Amino acid sequence: MIPPAFEYARPSSVDEAVRTLADGGEDAKFLAGGQSLLPLLRMRLAFPELLVDLGRVPELRGVREDDGTLVIGAMTTHHHVLHDPLVRRHAGLLAAATATVADPAVRHRGTLGGSLAHADPAGDLPAVVLAMDGELVAVGPRGRRVIPAREFFVDYLQTALAPDELLVEVRVPKTDGWGFKYEKFHRVAQAWPIVGVAALVRRDDGHIAEARVGLSNMGSTPLRAATAEEALSGASDPDAVARAAEEAADGTRPAQDTSGSPEYRAHLARVLTKRAVLAAAGMG
Amino acid sequence: MSETVEREVGRARARKEDAHLITGQTNWTDNIAVNGLLHLAILRSPMAHARIDRVDVSAALERPGVIAAFSGRDVAEAMGSLPCAWPVAEGTVMPDHPPIAVDEVRYAGDPVAVVVARDRYAAADALEAVEVDYTPLPTVLEIESALDENAPLVHSDKGTNRCYDYRTTDGDYAAAKARADVVLTRRYHQQRLIPSAMEPRAVVVTPLAASGEFTLYSSTQIPHVLRVLLAVTTGIPENKIRVVAPDVGGGFGSKLQVYGEEVIALVLAKRLGRPLKWTESRSEANLATHHGRSQVQDIEIAARRDGTVLGLKVSLLADMGAYLMLLSPGIPILGASMYPAIYKMGAYEFSCTGVFTNRTPIDAYRGAGRPEATFAIERIMDDLAAELGMDAIDLRRHNWIRHEEFPYTTIAGMTYDSGNYEAATDKALALFDYDKLRAEQADRIDHADTVRLGIGVSTYTEMCGLAPSRWLGEMRYAAGGWEAASIRVLPTGKVEVITGTSPHGQGHVTSWSQIAADVLGVPFEDVEVMHGDTLLAPHGMDTYGSRSLVVGGVAVHEAARKVVDKARKVAAHLLEANEADLDFADGAFSVKGSPEARKTIQEVAFATFASHDLPDGMEPSINADHVLDPETFSFPHGTHLCAVEVDTETGAVHVRSYVCVDDVGKVVNPLIVEGQLHGGIAQGIAQALYEEAVYDEEGNLLTGTLADYLVPAAPDLPEFLTDRTETPATSNPLGVKGVGEAGTIASTPAVVNAVVDALRPFGVRDIRMPCTPERIWQALQPGKEASA
Repeated sequence: MIPPAFEYARPSSVDEAVRTLADGGEDAKFLAGGQSLLPLLRMRLAFPELLVDLGRVPELRGVREDDGTLVIGAMTTHHHVLHDPLVRRHAGLLAAATATVADPAVRHRGTLGGSLAHADPAGDLPAVVLAMDGELVAVGPRGRRVIPAREFFVDYLQTALAPDELLVEVRVPKTDGWGFKYEKFHRVAQAWPIVGVAALVRRDDGHIAEARVGLSNMGSTPLRAATAEEALSGASDPDAVARAAEEAADGTRPAQDTSGSPEYRAHLARVLTKRAVLAAAGMG
Repeated sequence: MSETVEREVGRARARKEDAHLITGQTNWTDNIAVNGLLHLAILRSPMAHARIDRVDVSAALERPGVIAAFSGRDVAEAMGSLPCAWPVAEGTVMPDHPPIAVDEVRYAGDPVAVVVARDRYAAADALEAVEVDYTPLPTVLEIESALDENAPLVHSDKGTNRCYDYRTTDGDYAAAKARADVVLTRRYHQQRLIPSAMEPRAVVVTPLAASGEFTLYSSTQIPHVLRVLLAVTTGIPENKIRVVAPDVGGGFGSKLQVYGEEVIALVLAKRLGRPLKWTESRSEANLATHHGRSQVQDIEIAARRDGTVLGLKVSLLADMGAYLMLLSPGIPILGASMYPAIYKMGAYEFSCTGVFTNRTPIDAYRGAGRPEATFAIERIMDDLAAELGMDAIDLRRHNWIRHEEFPYTTIAGMTYDSGNYEAATDKALALFDYDKLRAEQADRIDHADTVRLGIGVSTYTEMCGLAPSRWLGEMRYAAGGWEAASIRVLPTGKVEVITGTSPHGQGHVTSWSQIAADVLGVPFEDVEVMHGDTLLAPHGMDTYGSRSLVVGGVAVHEAARKVVDKARKVAAHLLEANEADLDFADGAFSVKGSPEARKTIQEVAFATFASHDLPDGMEPSINADHVLDPETFSFPHGTHLCAVEVDTETGAVHVRSYVCVDDVGKVVNPLIVEGQLHGGIAQGIAQALYEEAVYDEEGNLLTGTLADYLVPAAPDLPEFLTDRTETPATSNPLGVKGVGEAGTIASTPAVVNAVVDALRPFGVRDIRMPCTPERIWQALQPGKEASA
């Protein structure tokens, strides 16, 4: 497939990137790892006039600690996220979910920020960052602001980012001491999840003190299984977890497409939530 | 004294082809660069069925870089109608098939206009400026409703969606059924598949203005057949067309075709006097490269209580898609002789009705008719075993042809030359640890485990090595099934093998080198194999139907024997001995009893080149040609066993182990055989579990990219435990049988049988392919009948 013609710019700083996009007018777009945008261009589903390539902006890459929070540059590739010692130590759920993204070639190019800004509800990482109660840091002509993940995902492929804003950082609280599990159900290794469930569980004295459950592909945005989370609180045995997981599809509106019906997705959400929480709680 | 040269045939030689392929030194058609090359882009119908009211290319012509643009009507006369070479039955309906639609589009993807531009970007941009007005017409999408009284017509001028009816019978099925204790009737669905060769199609045409000659490079399996049919279709004389198949990245039958794009490129190169290139994208390939399978199979088996099969009745509805392509009508008929498979029975009825639908045309896909046959018979044999309470292996053993009964003529009229089903099955059962897995299966049932084990069996045979020309004639196929080979021993002793086969992944360069090296006694490294160019290798029938080794490889063998016979005359003359007194071993002729008197074949070749001292009246050449028309088919067989775990909560299937023991006769190169089996099994598993071309209710393809059309890759497939038995074919001097399609034919029913076997305790007796997790989950819902 052949994309329509576009102009191309490659800034070397965040400021320059934001300025270049602003100067490029309405049809300018940031290009991160290209794993979602380039297919859209090649299928002629998007017609930007200018692509602002973020590939050479060093300040957008890397992982650092900020007290109880991990700060991950938006252009950090999946490969680097997955192998980063800080991520592995303090954000195991993110590392585990990132390991399931597509294949090594995609993980070497695709970025955490790109995948969140694209906001495909079938992506693995939006639900994970949502389950972690992460925050997204945006920079635009009007300055810098922090957006909680719960407010970031607005609709299908739509975020709270203004058209002239750039996602620069992903901040996730350290989850030391939490159990975690990402249950991804897909038909081939490279495919998106039909349903994905990201579970974080904090145990206290043999029961579940707090559970956070993020759902991939159960609606037009990534979702939290709020009813199930509530029901999981205090659960102390697998039967209680299973009962709580029955609520996992509550409030969701999964799509009908070639990979599954809404009924099947709802069923999967329940089964996978049970499995993910049991594993995260060490009850599996 | 010469050392004995190690025989090449049977050796696991690394492929000569691989170094350039894996280092990217390839010559794909799309890599071809020619001065002044123009690029074609094709506008395709977004509708499954519509009248074309207007095509206006004038705005496209205004776009920068655009050289020309044409509607179907503009070029209809020069392009003719695409050929179908196989009207299987008298009165087969053969609709007109313009390479670019003129009055109507009949599937989503049907070409409606073409743009020629200086580069591919300009061509792609200009497509958006072509204006087309359509009036939508009612569609017929489902095979099962295509013959309904009020069904819309794909070709209204033909007055019917029925393409043909084909029947063949032997024995009295009604009588067999009347005698039976058990009669099982099943309907199986062969889903529509997209062949998905690694390299999409591409074509380059370079016209030579001075001589009116055209060289057409194409990613094709059939350069020779294509040349003939391009000439017939366009009226350009055959001797003005050279067809080259450069490196070709897979085909699986999808490049056994004469495509509209090849005709379009040739005709427009002629009209414009400029070289042209067209390369399809993957999503274009999903729409417009022919699809495979798509049949509804009604099958009925009549048996005695003890398991003895008395007769079989098969009735097919076969989807042709919107038009007939090269072999479309014949594909299901290639399976007609194979439903009785390895089983003895007294009666067989087969009928097939071909129907048109508003979808991409259907034609050959790896196995072509035989996978469908093997699927249906192996599925119903498992069902029959379950019905009778017999073990699936025991039932087969009770009915199959015993090894001492070969040659054996089946109820379908095929004479199998050799085979040993007992040996292959016993070996497979031992490798698989069948009894232990059966015990685990029972254990999981006892414990009401949410993950169940299923064991699937497929004891297949197939007919390949297409084909005896006489048989093809009886089947109304337009051409023959021979293959040609030439061998040239050069003055320096190097050898050129010219083959009419056209490899696109099969490793012919390696295998033919092994065969020629053995017969001629020359080093493997000294043999060069030339193919895939009608100028270089003018005589051939190309590569498909697991024919290349058993027809083309054997032709190489025979041509090499002729070379040795000619060389023997020269050597006898030079050694002043009688031909009968010469031994030929390890590449040298020696006189019996005085081994120091010897001439190597290289010395003979040089002496022939010099021609100073040849026998009186002998032509100064030891080169030889051979054209081989096979007397019969090749019948590889084997036993495939598959164990799956089915997660009854999610419906997920995990292939836990896969064992196959195949008998492909004598093996020329075990590595290549292994590779063919791995790839073949992967494609068979793909049909069982993953792949399906899905359309919406309007006839739009929903699986238009590889993100939606799930081709499994290495992480999705199990480890294959392969082994062989070796029962030489008696139908050719090498003892070889075809192997290109065996894995695909065998594996699909083994996997589906395993899935159904796991679910039988829940009352499930069929899952439609692909056996997706959702279909399995649906089948397990209380109160739901299995999707049969």
